[in-house]
Amino acid sequence: MGSFKLGGMTFGSLFKKPETTLYPVETKPVPAGLKGHIHNDVEKCILCGICAKTCPCHTITVDKKNRKWAIDPFMCIQCSSCVYACPKDCLRMLPTCTPVSASQFCNVFEVPDPKNPKPAVTPSSPVKWDFSEPDQLGQLEK
Amino acid sequence: MGKSTIIPFGPQHPVLPEPLHLDLVVEDETVIDCIPQIGFVHRGLEKLVETRDYNQFIYVAERICGICAMGHSLGYAETVEALMGVEVPRRAEYLRVIWHELSRIHSHLLWLGLAADAFGFESMFMHCWRLRERVLDIFEKTTGGRVILSVVRVGGVNRDIDDAMLREIVSVLDGIKGDYAKIMNTLLTDTSVKNRTVGVGVISKEAALDLSMVGPFSRASDVPYDVRSFGRGAYGDLSDFQPVTDAQGDCFARVKVRCLEVLQSIEIIKELAAKIPAGDISVAVKGAPAEGAQASNVLEQPRGECYYYARGNGTKYLERMRMRTPTSQNLAGMATALKGCDLADVNMIVLTIDPCISCTER
Repeated sequence: MGSFKLGGMTFGSLFKKPETTLYPVETKPVPAGLKGHIHNDVEKCILCGICAKTCPCHTITVDKKNRKWAIDPFMCIQCSSCVYACPKDCLRMLPTCTPVSASQFCNVFEVPDPKNPKPAVTPSSPVKWDFSEPDQLGQLEK
Repeated sequence: MGKSTIIPFGPQHPVLPEPLHLDLVVEDETVIDCIPQIGFVHRGLEKLVETRDYNQFIYVAERICGICAMGHSLGYAETVEALMGVEVPRRAEYLRVIWHELSRIHSHLLWLGLAADAFGFESMFMHCWRLRERVLDIFEKTTGGRVILSVVRVGGVNRDIDDAMLREIVSVLDGIKGDYAKIMNTLLTDTSVKNRTVGVGVISKEAALDLSMVGPFSRASDVPYDVRSFGRGAYGDLSDFQPVTDAQGDCFARVKVRCLEVLQSIEIIKELAAKIPAGDISVAVKGAPAEGAQASNVLEQPRGECYYYARGNGTKYLERMRMRTPTSQNLAGMATALKGCDLADVNMIVLTIDPCISCTER
């Protein structure tokens, strides 16, 4: 008999809005605190490297000499530990996800030098660092 | 009596969400022995404690298992806090328990859906997972993640839940409760479900105690053991907590205990949401565990008691981290429950024990 009661609930579902969405035509609204990807507000960054030390996946590289801050979005586990550790609050987690990509790359942010100001890379268009080019990877490690 | 034959069950099987292999020794259609074998998803996560400091390891701990992610991060954090003598703010303790109980609801609803699917009850499977989706939406809104929450830290929690969100959680849970009661009544009163579960895979109270079974598996055999009843953390502020038990010890009792635990968890969350104190959500933890310092901790995961042990070596990297998960305790009970059952009932018995192999192998 129990099945008939559940059948009533199932039948009622026919007249309700579907629980599923027609992805990718429809998408769910994104909650404000969703952990998507890391963004660096380069104007505030002092390249202290605390984020790189905190990261459990060693995905952040801080190059103080060339004033570059890089994150590999394919290694990042979105734990936000760098965001909580940042002493200058320049890191934040954006609710948008890293799009699917055919090749791996690093998001490299050039941090402007306050003593020697020059045009910085706009935060919305980070340099894509292609790991398929071994020379580029070597430069980043240096 | 016919000739005995060994039938392999798993590691890939429609009722098993995770790889568990059983060698079933059968005579005619009766299982006379069962030899479980694990080792298909071992990842060596405990060893990683040597290469990640005690703050970083929390993200490894919660990846031990997708369903128990919150429980493992909480159990590990509590162990390290005991190791270092850290006192967690009361609000953080409440928030931890609220998230942990939500994860128990989503784990049990997931299991209930899988159990219904094993009966061939497809519509119930979908209803259960529809309700579970509401809980995952709460996780998404409050922590930013749906399965891996990354919200617990050593010394507290990373995120707060404001009063408006707490009210929303309570209203969502009230909304779930109505639909869930219908699902539960169906499961507990339906004749076809009873035909498959009543009197199947019986474990007596004595056997449950002998085999050191834990969690809903042992509580269904009338062993009133639940770590939550120790009253640690925010559980101590509950007005009343009695473990859900049943005396029958069969598959139906295990279904019943898990069904009622969902309602119990909803009540716990509602009570804690009403009582939650204001204040800080974390304290700064500095330094490292002393050399030779040891700490152990137990936590009631959705599948039962999980034991944690940690030993420091004077650095930020722990010397040893050990977890004894509920399924490794329950595997012996499962092998006992399978002895003497019909081959057709093996699915149901294995599923009602709710084995979590990722946790067991780590």
